[in-house]
Amino acid sequence: MSHYYEDKDLERFQEVGKYRADLFDNFMNYYQGVMGAGGALTVREKALIALAVAHTVQCPYCIDAYTRVSLENGSNLEEMTEAVHVAAAIRGGAALIHGVQMQNVAAKITF
Amino acid sequence: MISFAQRLENQGYADLRAVEVSTLQLNLGWRCNQSCKHCHLQAGPDRPEQMALATIEEVIRVVADHKIPVADLTGGAPELNLHFEYLVDKLRQLGVHVRCRSNLTVLLEPDKEFLPAFLAERGVELICSLPYYQEEMVDRVRGKGAFRKCLDALNRLNRLGYGLDGSDLELHLMYNPGGAFFPPPQGPLEELFRRELSRRWGVSFHRLYTLLNMPIGRFGEFLHRSSNYASYMGKLAASFNPATVPGLMCRSLLSVAWDGRLYDCDFHQALNLPLAPGLPQTIEEFDHSILAARPIRLEEHCYGCTAGSGSSCGGRIVGQ
Repeated sequence: MSHYYEDKDLERFQEVGKYRADLFDNFMNYYQGVMGAGGALTVREKALIALAVAHTVQCPYCIDAYTRVSLENGSNLEEMTEAVHVAAAIRGGAALIHGVQMQNVAAKITF
Repeated sequence: MISFAQRLENQGYADLRAVEVSTLQLNLGWRCNQSCKHCHLQAGPDRPEQMALATIEEVIRVVADHKIPVADLTGGAPELNLHFEYLVDKLRQLGVHVRCRSNLTVLLEPDKEFLPAFLAERGVELICSLPYYQEEMVDRVRGKGAFRKCLDALNRLNRLGYGLDGSDLELHLMYNPGGAFFPPPQGPLEELFRRELSRRWGVSFHRLYTLLNMPIGRFGEFLHRSSNYASYMGKLAASFNPATVPGLMCRSLLSVAWDGRLYDCDFHQALNLPLAPGLPQTIEEFDHSILAARPIRLEEHCYGCTAGSGSSCGGRIVGQ
């Protein structure tokens, strides 16, 4: 098997709409409404959030796309790296906070 | 990929023509004190190409005879031409609006430190290249130490009144991306630059223009070397915006090369793609009525001027 994720597959996103085009169109309208200009957040801010989320969900297409979109909206590598750290901090924090659950369970089953 | 000429034909521009020659863009030479990674002319300190005095005299004659309202001086670093001050003086005496595209750092060269005051006294509009508001990105594009020199030059220009609110001394910045990606929307980026340059360095400017990197010259070599060429060209073509066509700079601008040859734009000049056969080819042959309605030579890199909001020496063509 070659690479599971191919760069060019991102350009084929529309092909997902071959079946149940209504659902795909609904998604795309929603997506464009969320990510477009004119909201309370700037497109630049949204792109940085998307970049952080892309790292959280570890989607190669999203990382490619939102690295580019962030640069194309004037962000720099310092800001983009900080966004990735935000993702890492929340992921790390999310793991760590479950230490309370671990302690709860341990307290319940130990003397 | 569909050819640019075919794409225009599909949009009803089978015969794209100039509508006027209101700007002569004068490339005074390919010599530059820098060797920027995006330069379409591959300019640098060792380039010998320089516009000679005889050509400059011919340019002055054409501007005077045909009352061309704007002269746009570019290079290389136009300030390094031996006859730069002479040309600026003559053009200003004719009442021509003179615009100089400066890399900023040239204003700090040992024998050029008089230039900011010289330019201010003559009311020359400055369009200054600054790829970002942070040191790392600027130095990566333009060479180590370039950013600090740019700041020094901008501070000097601000002290002379350039770029200040209400000042007639126009100082505009020119942004180009630091790699194989498109420029941000001009309006929001201008706000970002204004805020950051003022907050961090106390620098003022009037407008910020965004310019897309053309897939030629040093940038073209980078695209090939980094395997980005196909995707970059594909994105340029996919982003074709027909609304940009009426405002393309080639429709009102004529490029004069250092050797007096005429081109539709500086990019065609870089690739040695002269005006269509049968048209005047040199400044000596200048014929205003013919050139003002000339057919434009269409090439694949022209997609760079029609992508998204469009791109020109005056920044984006349409939209934000």
